[in-house]
Amino acid sequence: MALYRALIELADDHLVLGHRLSEWCGHAPMLEEDLALSNFALDLIGTARSLYAYAAEVEGKGRSEDDLAYLRNEREYLNCLLVERPNGDFAHTMLREFYFAAFMEPFWQAALSSADPVIAGIAGKAVKEMAYHLRHAGEWIVRLGDGTEESAARMQAAVVDLHPYWEELFSGGDCDALPDRAAIQPAWEASVKVVFAEANLDWPEPVYGQNGGRDGMHSEVLGRMLSDMQYLQRALPGATW
Amino acid sequence: MYSQGLIGADSRTEETDEFLAAFQARIDAEEKIEPTDAMPEGYRRTLIRQIGQHAHSEIVGMLPEGNWITRAPSLKRKLALLAKVQDEGGHGLYLYSAAETLGVTREQMTEELHSGKAKYSSIFNYPALSWADMGAIGWLVDGAAIMNQVALCRCSYGPYARAMIRVCAEESFHQRQGYEIMLTLCSGTKEQKEMAQDALNRFWWPALMMFGPHDGDSAHSEQSMKWKIKRFSNDALREKFINATVPQAEFLGLTVPDPDLKWNEEKGSYEHGDIDWDEFWRVVKGDGVMNRERVQMRKDAWENGAWVREAALAHAQKRTAKVAAE
Repeated sequence: MALYRALIELADDHLVLGHRLSEWCGHAPMLEEDLALSNFALDLIGTARSLYAYAAEVEGKGRSEDDLAYLRNEREYLNCLLVERPNGDFAHTMLREFYFAAFMEPFWQAALSSADPVIAGIAGKAVKEMAYHLRHAGEWIVRLGDGTEESAARMQAAVVDLHPYWEELFSGGDCDALPDRAAIQPAWEASVKVVFAEANLDWPEPVYGQNGGRDGMHSEVLGRMLSDMQYLQRALPGATW
Repeated sequence: MYSQGLIGADSRTEETDEFLAAFQARIDAEEKIEPTDAMPEGYRRTLIRQIGQHAHSEIVGMLPEGNWITRAPSLKRKLALLAKVQDEGGHGLYLYSAAETLGVTREQMTEELHSGKAKYSSIFNYPALSWADMGAIGWLVDGAAIMNQVALCRCSYGPYARAMIRVCAEESFHQRQGYEIMLTLCSGTKEQKEMAQDALNRFWWPALMMFGPHDGDSAHSEQSMKWKIKRFSNDALREKFINATVPQAEFLGLTVPDPDLKWNEEKGSYEHGDIDWDEFWRVVKGDGVMNRERVQMRKDAWENGAWVREAALAHAQKRTAKVAAE
C-alpha cells in the first residue's frame, strides 16, 4: 500500500492547491491573472484526477476518483500544510505556487524515468505544466519583490508567513515507483535562491517547521474547504452528477 | 454571455449628409468597417457602448457561476465549470480589446462599470442558488446569448464581428454543457429533478428579458439595424430562442413556467405570456437581488489588486531603465 498512500498524498496536494487557486476565479488583480490562475487550477485538478484514478485502481476496492476526493474527511486527507494555506493576498498565492512548482517540476522530471508506466505518463504531462507554473509564479515574485515599496513589503511578509510550511514538501511518499522527495531539495533550493536574489527578498531565520499533513493532522482551514467542496456529495449521497 | 438590450446608447451624429451617405453606402455594400476607417461619431459611440456592455457582461457573468466552482459536485464538473468561467474571462478580454480599437481604454471602461455608468446584462443580477443553476445558466443564458452573437458575427464592425466567431464556438459548447447538466439532473433523483425545475422557473423569464424590450419600445434599434451593428430585431431573436428551447425543456420532462405559452400553427411559432417589464427595468436600474454585490465584487477585485498592477508597472520601468543604462 506504499504506492497507494504516496499517490493519495500527491493527489491531495494537487486537489487542495487547485481548489485554493480556483477560489480566485473572478477576483484576480487583472483579467490576465484571472485566466492564468484558472489555468493553474485546471492543471492541478487535472493531475489530481489522474492520480486519484490510479490510486483507486491500485487500492482495488472499486472506489472512484470522486469517492476519494469527496468522501474522505479532513483526517484522511494527506496533503502537506503548505497547499491548504488560505490564498491571502496575491503575494501569498504566488509564493505558495512558486514553492510548490519549484518542488513538483524536478519531482516530475525525475518521475519521467519511473519503472511504473502510469506514473511516467502522468509525469510527462505534469512536468510541462509545472515548468510553466514555476516560470509564471517566479516572474511575479520578482515583479512584486522588486516593484514598489508596498509590493516589496507584502512579498517579504508572505515569505515570513509561509516559512513554517515549505519543509514538509520533502516528506512522505516513500515508494519505489516515485522519486525520493528528500532528494529534490537541492533543486528546490537552487530555484528559490535565484528568484529571491532577483526579487531582493531575504530568506528568514529558521523557524519551527509545521508538519503533520502527511498524517492527516491539518490546520483548521482544511475542514472548512472540504465542507464547501463536498457539500453536494454529502447532501445527496449516492446521486449521480 | 450578452444582452442585446442595448441600454442608453446615443447614436446621434452631426456629420454632413454626404459623409453619412458615403458611409451608409459602404455598410449597404456589406463592407467591414475597420478601426482606421472614417466613421460617424454616433457609430463609434454606439459600438463602444455596446462592446463595452458586452465585455462587462462577460466579466460580471463570471461571478454567478464562480459562486459554484468550489462546490461543484464532481472533479469532472469542477474542471468543466472552471474552464467555462475562464472562457467568459477570455471573451471579456477579446471584447475589451475590440473596444480599444475604437479609442477607449480598458481602464476607462472598467471605471464606468464601477461607477454604474456602464451597464451589463441584467441576467447576472439574479442569484445562482443551486447546482442546477449551473445547468440552467449554460442552457438558457448562454443559449440566449448565442442567438444574439451568431448575428453579431456579421456585424459591420470588423474587430467585433471577428471576435464573435470564436466566442460563438465557445458559447455553443457552454450551452451544450449546461443542457447536459440539466439532463443528468433530470434523470437523477427526485431532489435533483426538483432542483432542475426550480432553476428553470427562476431563469426562464430573465432569459427572455435578455433580448431587450419589445421592438416598438426599443429606442435605438432602428439606427443600429441600419448600420448593421444589429441584424435582427429583439422580438425576432426572442421568438427564435423560445422555439428552439421549449422542445428541449419537454425532452427534459420540465415545465416552462408560462401558462400562456402556446403553439401557433399558422405562424409556426410559439406565443408567450406577458413579460414583466417592470421587473426588467427595476433590475436594469440597480434594484435586482444581486446588483450591488456584483458591482462591489468587481470593485473589490480591482481595488485589492491595485498594488499588484502598480508593482508590475514599477518593475517594468526599472527594467527598462536598467537596460538603457547598460
